[in-house]
Amino acid sequence: MDLFEWQAKELFAKHGVPTTKQVVVTTPDQARAAAEQLGGGPVMVKAQVKAGGRGKAGGVKFAPTADDAEKHASAILGMDIKGHAVHSVLISQAADIGDEYYFSFLLDRGNRFYLAMCSAEGGMEIEQLAVEKPDALARVPVDPVAGVDRDKAREIAEKGNLPAAIRDQAVDVIVKLWDVFTAEEATLVEVNPLVRTPDNQVLALDGKVTLDDNAAFRHNEVHDAYRDNSATDPLEVRAKEKHLNYVKLDGQVGIIGNGAGLVMSTLDVVAYAGEQFGVRPANFLDIGGGASAEVMANGLEIILSDPDVTAVFVNVFGGITACDAVANGIVSALSLLEEKAEQLTRPLVVRLDGNNAAEGRRILTERAHPLVEQVDTMDGAARRAAELAAAKKGNGAA
Amino acid sequence: MAIWLTDASKVIVQGITGSEGQRHTRRMVASGTKVVGGVNPRKAGADVDGIPVFATVGEAMKETGADVSVSFVPPAFARDAAIEAIDASIPLLVVITEGMPVQDTAYFYNYAKERGGTRIIGPNCPGLISPGKSNAGIIPADITKPGRIGLVSKSGTLTYQMMYELRDLGFSTAVGIGGDPVIGTTHIDCLGAFQNDPETDAIVMIGEIGGDAEERAADFIKANVTKPVVGYVAGFTAPEGKTMGHAGAIVSGSSGTAQAKKEALEAVGVRVGKTPSESAELMRELLSSR
Repeated sequence: MDLFEWQAKELFAKHGVPTTKQVVVTTPDQARAAAEQLGGGPVMVKAQVKAGGRGKAGGVKFAPTADDAEKHASAILGMDIKGHAVHSVLISQAADIGDEYYFSFLLDRGNRFYLAMCSAEGGMEIEQLAVEKPDALARVPVDPVAGVDRDKAREIAEKGNLPAAIRDQAVDVIVKLWDVFTAEEATLVEVNPLVRTPDNQVLALDGKVTLDDNAAFRHNEVHDAYRDNSATDPLEVRAKEKHLNYVKLDGQVGIIGNGAGLVMSTLDVVAYAGEQFGVRPANFLDIGGGASAEVMANGLEIILSDPDVTAVFVNVFGGITACDAVANGIVSALSLLEEKAEQLTRPLVVRLDGNNAAEGRRILTERAHPLVEQVDTMDGAARRAAELAAAKKGNGAA
Repeated sequence: MAIWLTDASKVIVQGITGSEGQRHTRRMVASGTKVVGGVNPRKAGADVDGIPVFATVGEAMKETGADVSVSFVPPAFARDAAIEAIDASIPLLVVITEGMPVQDTAYFYNYAKERGGTRIIGPNCPGLISPGKSNAGIIPADITKPGRIGLVSKSGTLTYQMMYELRDLGFSTAVGIGGDPVIGTTHIDCLGAFQNDPETDAIVMIGEIGGDAEERAADFIKANVTKPVVGYVAGFTAPEGKTMGHAGAIVSGSSGTAQAKKEALEAVGVRVGKTPSESAELMRELLSSR
């Protein structure tokens, strides 16, 4: 989960990383009140979106007074920054800036190690820094077993050329950022800029943190507090509540399969077959290994809630998942619809192979629903689903 | 021969008394695997279908001569279970567990690397199978038969699909390396092992979006692999910034795309199919032209 700046800075403060006082608000009135609460200004007014380049887009403004804070907040709230609507702004104390530095800890997937990146040349996006001043950006590998102690932190600060005058403070800050990285189980902790004030204080002025979703069970409070469903598709939220792995896409062929790899592959095969018919995959939905009939029925219900879907492709290779359970899930989903006095109005193409496939196919054949069609191969079924989706497209789906 | 897992392999199951552990232990036994023990510190002395349960991996190895452990231990305890197996110097540790925090994996992977002596496969993987010999994990044993193709894949179900497509030819070993951002055994490790395995004639490599493992594998193939390799990559339609089921399957900015992976593989002479079936066909062509 990517965090907003205000959340990242809140975690910094929790672990003793020096930062500026802040209040996050959603209206111009609140912005004025927040600026007054922080001493009447000067403050920074910063759009809270999970995207870079906020400054360039006009989403970050300096406000000398509370009046200015209200005015800027009014302009920034509701802005669109790289496709992200601004629902909240951060009011934070403005700091006098001497130098700007860059610092981050991140997971280095390829090397299965962590990486500390540090540079005395901050104040620009990391991508730009890496291209324009690669020699000024220190990349220091961090052993996940050994971690970061003061000596390691000093090595990082030295390699990043942070000035000697503030080196001890920088070492403190780096050790505390390591606390944030490990204690909160992040895969990224970035401070940009990390600044030196004219009176030699080191402050984290902006932060970017990505938390590991798999570690949420150990950090329920933080993850629950910081989860933001406002930018998430409502169907994705509903699917998540049912513990389904669903991603909404923009096409017409609804897709259900078992196993992340097979479902990704199914999307590709449908997109490939759909080129000819002008249709695309509508979603990713993985019902997982060993899925029950109930999970299958829930999945189908989510897919059919998407009004863009004009045909559905159920692609299952039964490894652990038993195809008879999948077939029973389809049958119970059909019954559920009928109980609600609704009808399946969009065709379902089903391909079952592997564990108990013969029994699964028999169950569907016996149910003999006119809109449920079985096709033997994955490629053939994808083609048929694309064809049916295209035929239905424009006829209005129900 | 096959790689890493043979008919001589003696397997123990960590978490054997849990529902998943029991279920898959039975499946492993049914497919001819020598499952010699299980581990659960709270149920030592008990048995599962006559398979003795030990308190620790070390004890189980001492009593049974086990050289492979398959772990079904839930995410909250999986790191400690892995460290226990590594401390006992088990030669092969297969971590099936899905949903492990990545810092736990980064820790035990590096712990094993620094200590030496243990190869880790997974986590979040289906394990590996040498058909007709042994099956360490959850791959269905009845899809295919022994043969001379080696298979390495991040995805479980695509492993099954490909084994099914080429079921008449059969496989030496199929390894599901897992879909997490950090995994113990990579495509490269498998490619190297298949290259050195006299019972493997050709290799199918299945990748997916996220990270740069496939690009690295392409470099490795160019320098080290002389056996024919056919590829498949999943996730061409995945949108940027969305995790597609597997924790590691995410396109970040312009990195980790399926297109880049396909191009990297093709640049070193690997033929990459558009669909799993097409990749299977490419493998058939390669083998029949030999």
